Amino acid sequence: MNRVVITGTGIYSCIGKNIDEVKHSLYNGISGIGVDPKRKEMGFRSSLTGIVERPNLKGILDRRMRVGLPEQGEYAYLSTAEALKNAGIDDDYLSTHEIGIIFGNDSSTDPVIETLDLLREKKDTMLLGSGCIFKSMNSTVTMNLSVIFKLKGINFTVSGACASGSHAIGLGYLMIKSGLQEMIVCGGAQEVSMLSMASFDALSAFSINENDPTKAARPFDKDRDGLVPSGGAATVIIESYDNAIKRGANILAEIIGYGFSSNGEHISQSNVDGLTRSMKNSIKDAGISLQDIDYINAHATSTPHGDMSEAIAINDVFGEIRPYVSSTKSMTGHECWMAGASEIVYSLIMMKNSFIAPNINFKNPDQYSEKLNIVNHTLNKEINVILSNSFGFGGTNSSLIIRKV
Amino acid sequence: MTNEEIINKINEFLIEEFELDKNQLIPTAELKKDLGIDSLDFVDIIVIIERNFGFKVKGEEMASVKTLNDFYNYIIQRVNKPLN
Repeated sequence: MNRVVITGTGIYSCIGKNIDEVKHSLYNGISGIGVDPKRKEMGFRSSLTGIVERPNLKGILDRRMRVGLPEQGEYAYLSTAEALKNAGIDDDYLSTHEIGIIFGNDSSTDPVIETLDLLREKKDTMLLGSGCIFKSMNSTVTMNLSVIFKLKGINFTVSGACASGSHAIGLGYLMIKSGLQEMIVCGGAQEVSMLSMASFDALSAFSINENDPTKAARPFDKDRDGLVPSGGAATVIIESYDNAIKRGANILAEIIGYGFSSNGEHISQSNVDGLTRSMKNSIKDAGISLQDIDYINAHATSTPHGDMSEAIAINDVFGEIRPYVSSTKSMTGHECWMAGASEIVYSLIMMKNSFIAPNINFKNPDQYSEKLNIVNHTLNKEINVILSNSFGFGGTNSSLIIRKV
Repeated sequence: MTNEEIINKINEFLIEEFELDKNQLIPTAELKKDLGIDSLDFVDIIVIIERNFGFKVKGEEMASVKTLNDFYNYIIQRVNKPLN
């Protein structure tokens, strides 16, 4: 079995457009949340959202590469370009090696809507253009990036709701561990557009604290009133330890555990049993003891039920050990399909720079979160092992463990 | 619309939408070989023609269009003698 390491990271999110900007936001507890007034005009219950600037890739990518690239694909292009650069992978290496790509993505809403609106107007499929199909499919990110970066290995998308990005890294880890691939570009991407969040808003799951947007996302706090939708893209370059050593790469961390489970119960509400099994499975896979885990990057989105379930599950698994816990969603909002990947990137930034990012807005615990060791102010501390949780609709759960090398 | 206006309009969208250089747009240039316009680009050209000239192209009508000059002539013919 191969050891699996991370040698490059890239990020494009509401708290920064690259690793350095995001590091600054994480360390200083800066929120990326704001309001989108158009959502109110459209009858949204909440206008809160992560504020992510849409990049202009004209002049960077040629027309054919842009025509089929949707919003979240643009973010993913930028995060992947940054990750490859950080990993020391150039065009020559890409063209001479079998490198794979696995991304988490679970929707591509605007292209579907725009295509069908156009069809209703024109009543002629020949007037839809060539890009709609490639923008509309769930696999849009991997199909586009594999062409842009000329990748020749494994190539598919994971749709696992809000655990998509985490499962993508987990599956990449398994493929490299077993020797099926030497290097894989893994990550998650999430559209931020208003229309992509309409049906989620319908569930009344979003915070309505619109008067104070940066205080709206407050995971584990007793006064939390829902999550804030957000997005962007995050990329990690993973490869076998031997390959990283051979090419003299800078190893950021080792992936040592991937655990997963399904709740087998409610479509939107998590349960303690599923979350507990996901964490335990990752710890078993890592072959470490509970005491080895320094920090848990929680899934906690700021919904009353979800945070409660995770708090109980963490307490059930760790009890008196009480590792440090924080949810970076307090600053980023819930990055949905991307979150499992972005939170690995956030965790790597913390590991590299020896700090734990704060769970901002955590003022008062409830009866469940009071049992956890929640970090609500930046903590300067060396951390060696991190557990990152991601849970999604349908009860899909994923837990990843990374360790400093 | 004069022939010159039609040709200018075609050149304009090839430069704007397809990011071609003005110097590439010589009448004998082959659309695929010289201008790099592939089968997917033809799908977009149908959309652009409808937007700019107001008629719908049938895919098979473009089959005999090989060079930029063929393309000019095809559009000029359709604009001057509308089929529908």
